[in-house]
Amino acid sequence: MPRLTSLWNLANPTRFLGLADRLLPWLAALAAVLLAVGLYLSFFVAPPDYQQGETVRIMFVHVPAAWLGLFMYVMMSASALGTLVWRHPLADVAQKAAAPIGAAFTFVCLVTGSLWGKPMWGTWWVWDARLTSVLVLFLMYLGIIALWRAVDDPARAARAVAVLTLVGVVNIPIIKFSVDWWSTLHQPAAVFRIDGPTIHPSMLWPLLVMAVAFTVLAIALHLAGMRNEILRRRVRSLRLMEAEQLDAGVEPAAGAAR
Amino acid sequence: MNDPHTGFIVASYALTTLVVGGLVLRAVFDHRALRRAIAQLEARGVRRRSARREEAR
Repeated sequence: MPRLTSLWNLANPTRFLGLADRLLPWLAALAAVLLAVGLYLSFFVAPPDYQQGETVRIMFVHVPAAWLGLFMYVMMSASALGTLVWRHPLADVAQKAAAPIGAAFTFVCLVTGSLWGKPMWGTWWVWDARLTSVLVLFLMYLGIIALWRAVDDPARAARAVAVLTLVGVVNIPIIKFSVDWWSTLHQPAAVFRIDGPTIHPSMLWPLLVMAVAFTVLAIALHLAGMRNEILRRRVRSLRLMEAEQLDAGVEPAAGAAR
Repeated sequence: MNDPHTGFIVASYALTTLVVGGLVLRAVFDHRALRRAIAQLEARGVRRRSARREEAR
């Protein structure tokens, strides 16, 4: 099974670092081009809304940020399974690198939503099901980041975080279906619907391009975060090795770390 | 863009730029600092076992 073998090879941190080094410049360039095209379409091609006027342009950053807040949590949950079932260090690394990126996009979603809500709804915030469940998602991210920092040993931290992450995944369908299950001020889904999108193509296409641009950017940031986390663990183990050698009165040159 | 809500639109894009820019800069500076730390440790003679095995080959 050569394909399975090559997948296992990628799970080796050193090979993963090589792959990340090769992929990152391409992903970064692709994200930059897509963002430039998306911003052009958002500002110069998409028309103002017949009711909301120019304010509708907030949608082109608010919606992709919301999607990515959810997407990064789903990625984190898949990695949490990798941590608990296979106890793979790369799954730990993927979990840890995803949390700040997901938190940042959820924060952007909340603030831009508020900035869109004030002129359209007449209020910065309401405690309706959609807004509250997204706020819970943001607080989950902060809790997960705090737990990573609270436990010194990365392997123990990863298992604790994985359990917390998998408990929190119940919030994802609640966020998605909150606008259908409860009466909310937030509008219902307009893109991913069984009967097709309800947005006019002149606004749908800029939105989709921006969503793809944000997704490529988030994948690049996640890959960069995973690379940094692997290096951080190397620094940690090298420092521990050096400290042990100094304790034992051995010259560092004779030592080695994992 | 002549709209009474321009300030809200500008604030939304400015915040997004700030946060995304922050994520990018954090990744870049973190990477540089970690590479520097590894280089300093290796200069002091501390090596990973796998790196030593590769050198021995």
